[in-house]
Amino acid sequence: MSHLVFLVPLFPLLGFLINGLGRNQLSKSSIGTIGTGAVLLSFLVSVRLFMQVLNGGGGVDTLFYLFQTTDLSVPFAFQVDALSALFLLIITGIGTLIHLYSTAYMHEESAPHFARYFAYLNLFIFSMLLLVLGSGFVIMFIGWEGVGLCSYLLIGYWFKNNEYNYAARKAFVMNRIGDLGFLLAIFWIISKLGTTEYAQVFAGVNKLSASDITAITLLLFVGAMGKSAQIPLYTWLPDAMAGPTPVSALIHAATMVTAGIYMIARTNLLYTMAPFAQCVVAITGLATALFAATIALRQNDIKKVLAYSTVSQLGYMFLGLGVGAYTGAVFHVMTHAFFKALLFLGAGSVIHAMHHEQDIRKMGGLSKRLPHTHLTFLLGCLAIAGIPPLSGFFSKDEILAAAFQASPIYYILGLAGALMTAFYMFRLYTLTFLGEARFHEDDHHPVHESPWQMTVPLWILGILSVVGGWIGFPEWILPNAHRLESLLAPIFAGSTTLATEHAHLTHSQEWMMTGGATIAIILAIVLAIRSSLRAKVDTEAATGLAGILENKWYVDEIYDNAIVKPLQSFADLLKNVIEKSGIDGLVNGVGKLVHYGSRQIRLVQSGQVGNYLLIMVLSMVVFFIIWFNDTSLMKLLHNIF
Amino acid sequence: MIPVLLILIPLITGLITFAFSTADSAKKIALLSAVATLVVAGWSVCCTPASALRFDIAWLPVMGSRFTLEMDGMSKMLCLLTGISFPMIFLAIFRQETKSAPAFFGWMLLSQAGLMGVFLAADALVFYFFWELALIPVYFLCSIWGGERRIAVTFKFFIYTFLGSLLMLTGIIYLSYHSPGASFAIEALTKAALSETQRNGLFWLFFIAFAIKMPIFPLHTWQPDAYEESPTAVTMVMSGIMVKMGLYAVVRWLLPVYPQSSALYSDVIIAFSVIGILYASFIAMQQNNLKRLIAYSSIAHIGLMCAALFTAQPSAYQGVMIQMFSHGINVIGLWIIADAIEKQLGTRLLSEMGGLAQKAPTLAILLVIMGLANVALPLTNSFIGEFMMFNGLFRYNMVWAGVAGISIILAAVYTLRMIQKVLYGPLNPTTETATDIPATAKWALFVLVVLVIVGGVYPQPLIDLTNDTVQALITKH
Amino acid sequence: MPINYYIFFCLTLFSIGIVGVLTRRNAIIIFMCIELMLNAVNLLLVAFSKMHHAAAVAAAPDTTVGGDGQIFVFFIMVVAAAEVSVGLAIIVMMYRNIHSVDINFLNRLKN
Repeated sequence: MSHLVFLVPLFPLLGFLINGLGRNQLSKSSIGTIGTGAVLLSFLVSVRLFMQVLNGGGGVDTLFYLFQTTDLSVPFAFQVDALSALFLLIITGIGTLIHLYSTAYMHEESAPHFARYFAYLNLFIFSMLLLVLGSGFVIMFIGWEGVGLCSYLLIGYWFKNNEYNYAARKAFVMNRIGDLGFLLAIFWIISKLGTTEYAQVFAGVNKLSASDITAITLLLFVGAMGKSAQIPLYTWLPDAMAGPTPVSALIHAATMVTAGIYMIARTNLLYTMAPFAQCVVAITGLATALFAATIALRQNDIKKVLAYSTVSQLGYMFLGLGVGAYTGAVFHVMTHAFFKALLFLGAGSVIHAMHHEQDIRKMGGLSKRLPHTHLTFLLGCLAIAGIPPLSGFFSKDEILAAAFQASPIYYILGLAGALMTAFYMFRLYTLTFLGEARFHEDDHHPVHESPWQMTVPLWILGILSVVGGWIGFPEWILPNAHRLESLLAPIFAGSTTLATEHAHLTHSQEWMMTGGATIAIILAIVLAIRSSLRAKVDTEAATGLAGILENKWYVDEIYDNAIVKPLQSFADLLKNVIEKSGIDGLVNGVGKLVHYGSRQIRLVQSGQVGNYLLIMVLSMVVFFIIWFNDTSLMKLLHNIF
Repeated sequence: MIPVLLILIPLITGLITFAFSTADSAKKIALLSAVATLVVAGWSVCCTPASALRFDIAWLPVMGSRFTLEMDGMSKMLCLLTGISFPMIFLAIFRQETKSAPAFFGWMLLSQAGLMGVFLAADALVFYFFWELALIPVYFLCSIWGGERRIAVTFKFFIYTFLGSLLMLTGIIYLSYHSPGASFAIEALTKAALSETQRNGLFWLFFIAFAIKMPIFPLHTWQPDAYEESPTAVTMVMSGIMVKMGLYAVVRWLLPVYPQSSALYSDVIIAFSVIGILYASFIAMQQNNLKRLIAYSSIAHIGLMCAALFTAQPSAYQGVMIQMFSHGINVIGLWIIADAIEKQLGTRLLSEMGGLAQKAPTLAILLVIMGLANVALPLTNSFIGEFMMFNGLFRYNMVWAGVAGISIILAAVYTLRMIQKVLYGPLNPTTETATDIPATAKWALFVLVVLVIVGGVYPQPLIDLTNDTVQALITKH
Repeated sequence: MPINYYIFFCLTLFSIGIVGVLTRRNAIIIFMCIELMLNAVNLLLVAFSKMHHAAAVAAAPDTTVGGDGQIFVFFIMVVAAAEVSVGLAIIVMMYRNIHSVDINFLNRLKN
């Protein structure tokens, strides 16, 4: 195969180094050009690689060995196949658009901070590319932690604000909890198979016992939970909205959070062989999808709504993975990347126009002032709601159909989630763009449409949100038109042969289900628009169930009181009591004992000559008695007397 | 001849330095000497003929001790670490005022000579001699140049470690008495005729000495105090290199001499190490004192290395080798930064800091990189070591590995907390007037950062260097 | 005269010396008691020496075996004399300084 693959991560790395080291010298325009250009070059190389994969190319390209010891070798190798090539396109493609968007969005920053921003962003792209390109678990883990780091750095980008820093720390630590699971899974694989390379691991799965596979897959899933924000490790993602909005679009919607889906799709063979783990994945995904959707219903921060929506959509993807619809999940990753990046960038455009106001209760009526943003945002909302023939419809439908085959309960709950999605998205849309303006316009800073660097990415993503689903027509609409499925078939071949064949739905059943679902979704949308237009928008805290939803089911508070605070008190106990009085007290106690003992023994030296003499005589007597033990002393005395 | 040079250069220049009268010339000669030692250490790494790496003359024939120095992979690596560390330390404090500088740098060089000797000795009595030679200069350095509580703290540190040393000396004498030819040479000691009870008893005599030095929970309480009260240059020597003496000694003098006892007690020791990892991590999590935080984080890292040493897994041994080097580099970097911060702000309390990233961007970048190396982020040097050690620990016992793994999370918690408290947030009156890190310290840190990244991306040279030690350990077990 | 008488006598002298040393506080008397003990031992040395010599002569008439004990005693007496002069000098100095020869005043080294 072509040896171009190393160029893909190399460009962003160079961009990171140039912008990072030259942050005090470079001008803002050159920083933006370098940052965007690096990703664009990667994108071009990725396109070429994707073409090669389409023509049957691909393979593993070893650059060097990360380390080689007697019992373990880890090559630094890149694997290009359909799955990684697809992800490459998504990452570098959307990455380029978001870099371009950022050049305008971040224009208020001073040059060194602007450079810092682009350096972090390029480093993120580099790490994400490592994650998907790695030919083994270790390289994936390197990228995995790398994206976590960049996420941390970018959430805390405005580091003067301590709230943002806490959010950044929370994200990193929660990701680390997942990382521990991932790491233990890697060790488990090494201890059983002695390798971390995908090809060798998948070739050797027969050497693993069923319990091994279940444990490995569950541990891997812990990693995925952290990175892809699933229950119970999801609370970092909404807080991650503290970062600049393009970052939320790139990292916390389109790419990084889908790493967990990539991981499970990559190891699909293991999951197919572990039905229990699959079941856990499906139930966790479904629960997250529903739970996050309920929270999103009552959020008033434009980015928070989108954040919970992301968590919810990720839940759908895990549901898809859990029911064996690997292609569907990857398909949804792709379409979700389009429309969620679009929605976030649209939200960014709104925030930009509103001068950093994020509360949708203080918006309204923006459709005329921001025509481009409004139209593209509407496309995004329609896509995520699943209106045919927009992209979200195809991918979501594929997942739900697979869920129905696994269990109708999955389907019903999934559909309920989809209805909620439609409802909260159009509540958001209506409150933001329709109705009366609920803000006071300042003459000096009028609300204005964003510059071309921002609207062009919006329109590109808007078009993609519409047509992106057309590479995956389901069988019942257009036979043999699911291009994605045939593309990814080699990746999921192992699972396909192993999976138990479900009874296929007939085409008429599919039509009925889809038609019913679409009608329900349209009803939900109408309901959302009507209720949002009519509702009195006040900024007072809601009560009852709405209040609980507004407070996100109090999950943050529960975590804080049930986990964080007890651990901190425990640490305080260790620090202040066990360490100081316990262990160090014991050590110092030995010292004090010696000191005390010495003081006591010192009293023997009374300074009275008489005492010394007495002690001398007594010790001589004792000495004599011991030296001539009693029999010989007796004999001596007997002889004398 | 190389081993002798490694000891003699710092020893002689150290003694000469005492005679200087001006601080400036003492600093220069010390830096020069440290660089010369580094060159020799670097040469020893490249120099392959075994004859050049061994030195052997009669020393105390009456007692059966010969002055034997020998370098294998691990010795080379640790001599290299010592060689790299001292120029960095001298560079970092080059612009600082040090009272009676000639004596300070003289003692520093003497302790370097002692450290080199520890890493080179192949005769137990010579080993003990250098073990103490490394300790005594540190005692003077701490008690003369240390902080407010220096006398009490240094006394505790000295008595504590000296107690361990004496236990070891007892063990050495007893062992040599039972060795063939009543010799102190390491080959002879491994062949000592001992009953099982004797062997196990001696094992603990040695291990306690090493455990105090490392230090391993619950023998660690001298360390945070000593790190806090010592002058930072000495803290760097202690945490960067001296704690490696304990680990080195386990590899060199414990595992090969008592393989059976090591296997017998591995569970106990790993248990203590793992408890210590979590214990120290938890304490670091709530520390308000920057120096103590780094000290406890160091205890946690050392605990993992000690646990890995007793797993008898090749991967773990290899990991320890890499991690000894990496930890030395990282912790010295952290101390240089901590020192710069303390000199700037006049405080080491995290609660009084904040916002330094606005005033000192270079310091901020360096601290973040060093902090990330401290949490073993991939592509920093400590990731490779920790990965291998955890892998070995997992093979030994997956439950212990899982429990110890929690420290991965805790490390992120306390390191990021430190970074946030120091660098981020709004400025306050203490930090308002801060400026960036001094130039010499910056250059020292740049070198360390390069080592961190190179070690994380391509650690293979280090692996190849120490491979012979690892292979020898595996065959012993 | 049987050796037992000498032993009894010397023991008595020695015990008187010990009791004197332990019970008296006057430095000069203590000093005298020490001399008493010293001389008790001297006397015993001479006695045993004489006894051994007598036994040796009985076996071989012109032997000198056993006589060295008496030479020892001379040495001891010489050393004792030197010691007495030093000791008395110390006591005199002590009297000059504190106007007493009570040993219980000599606890200044304490504290």
